Amino acid sequence: MSAMAGGGDPLLRVRDLRKSFGVHEVLADISLDVARGEVIAIIGASGSGKSTLLRCLNLLERPSGGEIFYAGEPVDWRRPPGFFGDPAVQRLRTRIGMVFQSYNLWPHMTVLENVIEAPMRVKGLPRREAEERATYLLGRIGLAAKRDQHPFTLSGGQQQRVAIVRALAMEPEAMLFDEVTSALDPELVGEVLDLMASLAVDGMTMLVVTHEMDFAREVSTRTIFIDAGRIAEQGPSVEVLERPVNERTRRFLDRVLHRRGGVDREAAVDDGR
Amino acid sequence: MMDADGPVAAAIAWWVSIEDYLPSFLDAAWLAFQLTLVIIGLTWVFGLVVALAKTSRYRVIRWPAELYVWFIRGTPTLIQVFIFYFGLPQIDIRMSPFAAGCLALGLNGGAYVAEIIRGGLLAIPKGQMESAIALGMSPWTAMGRIILPQAIRIIIPPLTNEAATTLKNTSLLSTITLVELTLHAQLIIAATYRPFDFYIIAAILYLIMTSVLTQIAAWLERRYQLRY
Ligand SMILES: Nc1ncnc2c1ncn2[C@@H]1O[C@H](COP(=O)(O)OP(=O)(O)OP(=O)(O)O)[C@@H](O)[C@H]1O
Ligand SMILES: [Mg+2]
Repeated sequence: MSAMAGGGDPLLRVRDLRKSFGVHEVLADISLDVARGEVIAIIGASGSGKSTLLRCLNLLERPSGGEIFYAGEPVDWRRPPGFFGDPAVQRLRTRIGMVFQSYNLWPHMTVLENVIEAPMRVKGLPRREAEERATYLLGRIGLAAKRDQHPFTLSGGQQQRVAIVRALAMEPEAMLFDEVTSALDPELVGEVLDLMASLAVDGMTMLVVTHEMDFAREVSTRTIFIDAGRIAEQGPSVEVLERPVNERTRRFLDRVLHRRGGVDREAAVDDGR
Repeated sequence: MMDADGPVAAAIAWWVSIEDYLPSFLDAAWLAFQLTLVIIGLTWVFGLVVALAKTSRYRVIRWPAELYVWFIRGTPTLIQVFIFYFGLPQIDIRMSPFAAGCLALGLNGGAYVAEIIRGGLLAIPKGQMESAIALGMSPWTAMGRIILPQAIRIIIPPLTNEAATTLKNTSLLSTITLVELTLHAQLIIAATYRPFDFYIIAAILYLIMTSVLTQIAAWLERRYQLRY
């Protein structure tokens, strides 16, 4: 978790990634290098293909073309998934954690059981060890006391933080976040973003699809703007968010920022006149 | 003796007249119950396999499963029983009435159980499977650990209904020489000419057995409810 961005191979390399659903082309020629420890914000309008991009990276969705390299190794997405699943793909997924908008915690298990399930079943960790790790991680987010409760007794923010911990328990090298605060009440967004920021500080490699522009500006090192399945603009987050070059980026940001801190901006514009 | 003509005396006389037949009726009911248990076990196995097959992404697996359900649901149960007991020997597949009856009703119920299980599986949100897969679980581990345990709660009530139907369907096996409750009643009636009495007795015994099944299911339901 301590490796920072720097020289050497990128952790993730994507070349000309394409994805179509039938005739509907959702991703086109996506190329992208992600260094270890990098935190990348992915922004873009609804339907632009952000989720699809993340889901192609851990093969929840099968790409239609292009190459993916993870830690220098090519990811073979062309092999059809066998009857019992594809062990190589499953191994890849243990190394890339993913957190979803709707938490997707398992309701029939307690918080602790949610967190130890994959380490035990997938990595073969003994229960004692898995529980130790889970208890440590739950303690880190202040939810150790809730370990024996079922997810639905927790607030949305608590559930989402448990979902993040569930992914962390697999000790992934990288994490994919797909609008993980979008389903939360506004007052619960902060606690989840704080946890993500602390992961970033620890050096976790992160790809974060988000509508939280403050998070993108303050935590991510790079921001990628996706428009109609293509990377329309990317660069250091401050650059992209404050001085966008692309006309479409500018219009998108105008719309998003206007909606959020609307009053201030309008006031500022009025003053300018 | 006035009492000899009263209703109480009539009831006692009736009881005495059937008392001797009761042990044999209980034996026949016990056979029906054993048949039911075996058949229920078979319907679950067939049902689970077919339900998974019907949700498979491979057409070669999905297609036979759909054909099977279509055939079972579209033909009379009695014809299916006849095919197994009377039909198969013609192509040199011979089975005891017990085996033929269990297989026929097992396959029959399996088609309905498959639909019940499939409904339960489809009711679990897609994200449940995805979050398991995204952690590196194989689809089968995810099915067994994440999806099925949740689907069970949805499945138990309709599965109870199906178990009761199975029990009642065993009376169809009276047509293939299995002396279960229905055929036993018919044999006794043939000897005594008392159809009203003995069909009522048979009905009461069926009622007791379906009630036992329903109670077991209610207990299961409570147990799984308590877990979360
Ligand atoms: N399984 C699918 N089948 C068919 N079309 C799909 C599927 N998944 C996504 N799409 C389509 O692909 C396009 C991109 O979807 P995607 O979910 O990646 O967008 P997004 O940028 O994440 O949007 P949002 O901000 O609303 O989450 C959409 O037009 C969507 O309808
Ligand atoms: Mg999305």
